[in-house]
Amino acid sequence: MEIRVEKIRKEFDLYPALHDVSLDIKSGELIALLGPSGSGKTTLLRLIAGLEQPTQGRIFFGNEDASYKSVRERNVGFVFQHYALFRHMTVAENVAFGLTVRPKAQRPPKAEIRRRALELLDMVQLSGLEKRFPNQLSGGQRQRVALARAMAIEPKVLLLDEPFGALDAKVRKELRRWLREFHDRTGHTTVFVTHDQEEALELADRVVVMSQGKIEQVGSSDDVYDRPNSPFVFSFIGESANLPVTVEGGAVFFHGAPTGLSAQRDGAARLFFRPQDVSLADEGPGFTGPVTASRRLAGTRIAEVELGSSEEPCHVEIEVPLDAAASNGSVLSFRPTRWKLFY
Amino acid sequence: MSSRAFKNPISESAPVRLTLIFIVLAFLALFVLTPLLIVFKEAFGKGSGEYVAALQEPDAVSAIRLTLLVAAIAVPANLLFGVAASWAIAKFEFRGKAFLITLIDLPFSVSPVISGLVYVLLFGANSFLGPFLKSYGIQVVFAVPGIVLATIFVTFPFVARELIPLMQDQGTGDEEAAISLGANGWQAFWYVTLPNIKWALLYGVLLCNARAMGEFGAVSVVSGHIRGLTNTMPLHVEILYNDYNVVGAFGVASLLALLALLTLVLRTILETRYGSELSAGQKH
Ligand SMILES: Nc1ncnc2c1ncn2[C@@H]1O[C@H](COP(=O)(O)OP(=O)(O)OP(=O)(O)O)[C@@H](O)[C@H]1O
Ligand SMILES: [Mg+2]
Repeated sequence: MEIRVEKIRKEFDLYPALHDVSLDIKSGELIALLGPSGSGKTTLLRLIAGLEQPTQGRIFFGNEDASYKSVRERNVGFVFQHYALFRHMTVAENVAFGLTVRPKAQRPPKAEIRRRALELLDMVQLSGLEKRFPNQLSGGQRQRVALARAMAIEPKVLLLDEPFGALDAKVRKELRRWLREFHDRTGHTTVFVTHDQEEALELADRVVVMSQGKIEQVGSSDDVYDRPNSPFVFSFIGESANLPVTVEGGAVFFHGAPTGLSAQRDGAARLFFRPQDVSLADEGPGFTGPVTASRRLAGTRIAEVELGSSEEPCHVEIEVPLDAAASNGSVLSFRPTRWKLFY
Repeated sequence: MSSRAFKNPISESAPVRLTLIFIVLAFLALFVLTPLLIVFKEAFGKGSGEYVAALQEPDAVSAIRLTLLVAAIAVPANLLFGVAASWAIAKFEFRGKAFLITLIDLPFSVSPVISGLVYVLLFGANSFLGPFLKSYGIQVVFAVPGIVLATIFVTFPFVARELIPLMQDQGTGDEEAAISLGANGWQAFWYVTLPNIKWALLYGVLLCNARAMGEFGAVSVVSGHIRGLTNTMPLHVEILYNDYNVVGAFGVASLLALLALLTLVLRTILETRYGSELSAGQKH
């Protein structure tokens, strides 16, 4: 099922939570909505599900305009951030709920419903726990019950709001891999919300980076990491340093000194680069400054270098080889090898 | 570990504790237990034969009937009202919500006598509505409808007060989940909301019922005290007592006392077994 979000605007009490958001989701894709808290991820997901009405704009499911279809008609599986399991029902009853509430004509017989529920529990590796109540399960188990429950209605689209948010790192990793396999096996169009970039980059086919109610960039992990299209994406994803520079006559200057970098357009700009994308340069132009701190990070060393004038110093972190002389106070000179300017 | 026992930082020393407990027990004995015992002592003062006879006397039977009838109307009415009001308040956003909550509390802050008087002014012989209804043969004041109305008014906060904080705390997540799984509004209410609130609802109904059967002030104003017709049990007790019919008065009173005891026992059971599902703040 393809989903097309067209120029969606959503206001809560006149305050826009989303403005002019458009997004195309391909059938069978696994998409991550990534962004800081309050950027509108949950709102977008709820709009797709139909739990919220857009103020403006439309949402298409396939070729059908689904904007004014109710949640029930959209047939989406929604997994809530806090699972929202029914506490007075057993695990099996929770999973079977979507089938139990079907109109009589479409409802499978009792035995069939039970068989399907057990099958789904088997699929999420929870066989044997069907008689438990939600408060007798661990967080990861509840998460999987919520997923099985959403799958029971055979949705065409699966929407997950921070599915692993409340779990510890190890369980998160396991479930992440499990979700990926699950998605590949079932082929559902899946959209999940996360504010964990590692999760988004590792799991998703494409990542939607959001900020302040807008989509900043949509692309593969490589796209958003290697080719960020805005200062926000550059600094939000991965480690990065940025410095104020000016471009004059095709050359980039920092605090009046040539940096050895060249650019097309003149003017004031910000230079972005990643800590690992630098090379030490003992001679020629570059960035030079004293090391103010350094720490060992697995196979490399991270050095914090102070650049600029002493009145308004800029601190950047760069990766240096272990054998480089980068103790506190020693002076380092480096040049970014991969970098980007934002005017 | 030192050999001295651990001292709980918020507990008091033993003498203070014992004194406090003693004061509370003495207080309870004096003001709760003694009156209760006296009710039963007086009721059986002339033997159980007289006691049974007093309860079978036609006016007493009629008072018991009327009380049951009034409760049978007022309690379900307030059950519906309470669920509807707390549903609206907890699950929807609308203007004037705070005002509505205050309004629900009104019967708690108004003297029951005033509530009764309001109905007399509204439906009495000299009011606007009274003669109008009377022309259709409907008598409200000094008749059963007035008693029912006054009782509903006095008891309507009980269910709503019990449910509002619980439902506000539970939020709309479970209902959203139910609807996203294909349930319609009624199914979401029946399979999800109701089970989530059932014990609190029962608790509220229990309190509502106890008050509906025991209400004196408001009912007294609208009833007119017509023996055998518009006397509820509490009113009947007063009349008998004023007639110096001690066995009769305390006999009927003993039934009300039993109702109170039953309510107390059920409340205790609910609170100990389902305490966490009665109050807000529970997590699962
Ligand atoms: N029901 C609501 N009423 C009013 N404002 C809301 C409502 N829901 C969301 N908002 C606002 O909309 C903005 C986006 O919220 P949203 O929940 O989509 O953020 P999010 O990206 O999911 O954040 P988080 O990572 O913290 O969950 C926020 O500023 C929030 O305050
Ligand atoms: Mg959110």
